[in-house]
Amino acid sequence: MRNRDIIKKVLHYISRYWGLLILSLVMAAVSALLALVLPILTGDAIDMIVAKGQVDFDGLSKIINRMLTVIGVTIIAQYIMNTCNNKITFDVVRDIRREAFDKIERLPLSYIDAHPAGEIVSRVIADVDQFADGLLMGFTQLFTGVLTIIGTLVLMFRINVQVTLIVVLITPVSLFVAAFIAKKTYDMFRLQSETRAEQTTLIDEMIGNEKVLQAFSYEDDAMEQFDEINGRLQKASLRAIFFSSTTNPSTRFVNSLVYTGVALAGSMTVIATGGALTVGQLSCLLSYANQYTKPFNEISGVITELQNAIACAGRIFELIEEDPQIPEAENAVTLHDVRGSLKLEHVGFSYVPERSLIEDLNLTVKPGQRIAIVGPTGCGKTTLINLLMRFYDVNEGSIAVDGTDIREMTRKSLRTSFGMVLQETWLMNGTIRDNIIMGKPDATEEEIVAAAKASHAHSFIRRLEHGYDTVIGENEGTLSQGQKQLICITRVMLALPPMLILDEATSSIDTRTEIKIQNAFARMMQGRTSFIVAHRLSTIREADIILVMRDGHIVEQGNHESLLEQDGFYAKLYNSQFET
Amino acid sequence: MKALFKYFKGYGKECILGPLFKLLEASFELLIPLVVVQIIDVGIAEGDKAYIVKMCLIMVALGIIGLVCSLTAQFFSAKAAVGFSARVKQALFHHIQGLSYSEIDTIGTSTMVTRMTSDINQLQSGVNLTLRLFLRSPFIVFGAMIMAFTINVKAAIVFVVVIPLLSVVVYGIMLLTIPMYRKVQNALDQVLSRTRANLTGVRVIRAFSKEEEEISRFEKANHELVGIQTAVGSISALMNPLTFAIINVGIIWLVYRGAVQVDQGIITQGEVVALVNYMSQILIELIKLANLIITVTKAVACAGRISGVLQIQSSMEEGAYDDKGVSDAFAVEFSDVSIRYRNASEESLQGIHLKVPKGSVVGIIGGTGSGKTTLVNLIPRFYDVTKGTVRVDGVDVKEYRYHALRDKIGIVPQKSVLFTGTIRSNMQWGKKDATDEEIMKALEIAQAKEFVLQKDGVLDAEVAQGGKNFSGGQRQRLAIARALVKRPKILILDDSASALDYATDAALRKAIREMEDPPTLFIVSQRTASMMHADQILVLEDGEAAGLGTHEELLKTCEVYKEIYDSQFKKEAKGGEANA
Repeated sequence: MRNRDIIKKVLHYISRYWGLLILSLVMAAVSALLALVLPILTGDAIDMIVAKGQVDFDGLSKIINRMLTVIGVTIIAQYIMNTCNNKITFDVVRDIRREAFDKIERLPLSYIDAHPAGEIVSRVIADVDQFADGLLMGFTQLFTGVLTIIGTLVLMFRINVQVTLIVVLITPVSLFVAAFIAKKTYDMFRLQSETRAEQTTLIDEMIGNEKVLQAFSYEDDAMEQFDEINGRLQKASLRAIFFSSTTNPSTRFVNSLVYTGVALAGSMTVIATGGALTVGQLSCLLSYANQYTKPFNEISGVITELQNAIACAGRIFELIEEDPQIPEAENAVTLHDVRGSLKLEHVGFSYVPERSLIEDLNLTVKPGQRIAIVGPTGCGKTTLINLLMRFYDVNEGSIAVDGTDIREMTRKSLRTSFGMVLQETWLMNGTIRDNIIMGKPDATEEEIVAAAKASHAHSFIRRLEHGYDTVIGENEGTLSQGQKQLICITRVMLALPPMLILDEATSSIDTRTEIKIQNAFARMMQGRTSFIVAHRLSTIREADIILVMRDGHIVEQGNHESLLEQDGFYAKLYNSQFET
Repeated sequence: MKALFKYFKGYGKECILGPLFKLLEASFELLIPLVVVQIIDVGIAEGDKAYIVKMCLIMVALGIIGLVCSLTAQFFSAKAAVGFSARVKQALFHHIQGLSYSEIDTIGTSTMVTRMTSDINQLQSGVNLTLRLFLRSPFIVFGAMIMAFTINVKAAIVFVVVIPLLSVVVYGIMLLTIPMYRKVQNALDQVLSRTRANLTGVRVIRAFSKEEEEISRFEKANHELVGIQTAVGSISALMNPLTFAIINVGIIWLVYRGAVQVDQGIITQGEVVALVNYMSQILIELIKLANLIITVTKAVACAGRISGVLQIQSSMEEGAYDDKGVSDAFAVEFSDVSIRYRNASEESLQGIHLKVPKGSVVGIIGGTGSGKTTLVNLIPRFYDVTKGTVRVDGVDVKEYRYHALRDKIGIVPQKSVLFTGTIRSNMQWGKKDATDEEIMKALEIAQAKEFVLQKDGVLDAEVAQGGKNFSGGQRQRLAIARALVKRPKILILDDSASALDYATDAALRKAIREMEDPPTLFIVSQRTASMMHADQILVLEDGEAAGLGTHEELLKTCEVYKEIYDSQFKKEAKGGEANA
């Protein structure tokens, strides 16, 4: 995305608040200009007090009254400007976050699977914040800064042209100095942040796995690696921090030269012109000279911030403008009373074009049949589930439920007709009850308890301090893996959808509890089309159809007996369980 | 914080010289307005151009000295801050290496990583800023006031009023907003965790078609955030207008009082200009000081957290025994072992007796939370027993030096972690100088050779952090191989074949038994199939031994074992026979 496009989009967001924006800009202009008038008034005031007995108190109080008015108006303008800016910033951030989140809910699974959660989260949180701070604050600072500079110049020229020229000529030097230092230190900073990243990675890995480290007596090696990086980081940091910290003293020095120049030229002019330039005006020029350089230094800071903000905005827009999943057809069918027949015809699928995974898969499932998917670790069993739930779309062929292509029905009605328990348990933030009723929000207390009893989750939930109202945090720390899996099973037992997908649904539950749940599963599967991924052959043996997968391909298909007769891969797998 | 002071040692010179030079610079800065007074009152009043030039040269000289002083100060502060933090970091890293598992559990790894990274970074900038500004800013504020008093006491009274008033406004707003910013952070965390949850739980949310609901929940969190932000914003928006008003009203007051003094002939016009200059200097420094205080408060909090970790002492004392152990003793012997974890209310293991002859195979079985992992963790002395003794090769584990003990043992934990690098570098964790031949042999036994050979670069194939580019089953096999490279006397597989299917699991066990000089093998598992052929099986229930013997013996004598076995095998065994 080019910077210009990004800025256009940013303006589009801000344009919703154009009223506030204009108000803010007007107020910024007012406060910047009035702030400039004050030194003039102060100078005038000083001119009223020349020497002993030569003080014009009447004139002085007039000026003081004017100063008080200026101060009053300025602070009101400043407050309104600040409030407007806050309002714009926070609201734009809210709008962008809302859009980003809406997009997350509509992104195809392939995008989410391919991007680490942390990366997307950092776009929605950190990037948006940085964008808002940098862009909006930077924008107003830039605006007031430029206004102040122009205003100062105009006012100074009005007081005295020669003296002002000195200021105009010397000030850019401070900018050059700042730019020069920034350029020279850029490489040092990069080295510092690279080395720091290297160290953070090491810390993350080593401390994060401290137990493994100790188990392998690897502590000394780790310390050696750490000390080496730490030493390099110390050197790099010292250089980066020191050289960049020379900016302020250097520009301050240039500013003091400007100040001296004004003092010299100014006082010479006062003498030469015999008072056409007054002492009060000189003091006013001096305080302008002091102020004039400040916005320059700020602006150079603002520009880097703006660049950063635009980069952040680019990353956010990339997410917001990512292609959403294929929208549902307008005449998409809503499934009712699903019987549970499934037909896969010539299905072809691959995650990446170069490596085809599923080729020409044909499968007909009658309502109520049980399909087991077996194969060694990592053979792509979950791919099939991704296709059935339409998390991914097939590349070729079609999948039909009750005779309707799943691409012609609403995602909601397809997905809610499946009950899914995955090996990787996921519970949302909320209470245990919230999690159980996900598939049936209007469930009664009796139904919830009955489902929990069937899944053997009731006994442990009851023993928790807050029972069904126990809040599960983000990392679900209080529950064991097995307990979480039980809750996921309860969720499905309560919803009782017409079709089931069980992907290693009991992998974390100890076998004695599992055998008890199996009975409940068996009852639940009665009359429901079920897809089961399992290691345990007892579950598999009873399936109507067994799909044997290997390296992403379906190599065998049939029932237990016919597959054993084939004496192929399935037979080998089955027998290995009893091998010694 | 105090505990960390010792890491400044060796940087004493820098810590004193840094602030000192900063102070010098500030003093020269304070002299400038006095020089301007001379220019106005002497140079201009008497029309003495040579005098003015002289004064301007003095100003340039003051500027140069100031520049040199401040560069020196920046260098010393940077050196001290960077050196200090590098040392703290090193000390912390080394300290953590010496902690035992109990302490690691108590602190938590993510906490340790935060201490090592962001906390120390904040501490470093805190120290750097403190050395640079902590003396300078108050010095300028009070210096300006004192200089004002030397000019004229009556006019300088204004400073005595303005400085406290400004402080009240600046620090009052800070005090009000800091706790509110904490609330903003909490609200932002909510937004963040909602976003993260929707990415990690995307399959479940879509399976239940909860997208719209999630959007409205996000909206609520988003809205709350904006609400708090706006509240804080409206308070901090007061800062600029209020300080602006105070300073400028102060200047008016100063001019007026000055006017009275000038009228009476007590002070000159030039001195009024100087007073106004001093007043303008104060504001900038007070704001700098306020920011400094925020940074320092944060840094002190970080320092507190860091020294908190440094103060934690290892609860275990390393033994001195370096020898191989008694040759004809049991490989491992538990006598009446009990352990209660820190902060736990109950014993995790109680009264365990177990004698393991060299080269034999022990199975450890039991439900989740029955103490299996705890038991094997006692062998390499990851935790200390609270009662009884654990002996390895006839010697109490407490008497060994850690390395002497742990080098004998290869342990493959439940969660297999690999480290950034190559397959080879990971394999060499066990044995630094392991040859490719040794590594390939280990990979073969661990059933990993096949997929490693398929990787580009084979042993040089890259491993991403945590081994993310390998599947769970592959990671487990690589972790097993890593332990085998060590050629350990004792090999512990802590449920480390859980992601492997039965066939691979069986092949693995077979290969280990067929090694020449096979290690004493501990198999921890929930599967009876994995340990049916062990020389002895220990059945654990709730931390106590429920049975000990061979598979056949246990089937007869141990009810718990029989139940576990039946839950896994009964049906299959029958089914198998029926099909045979």
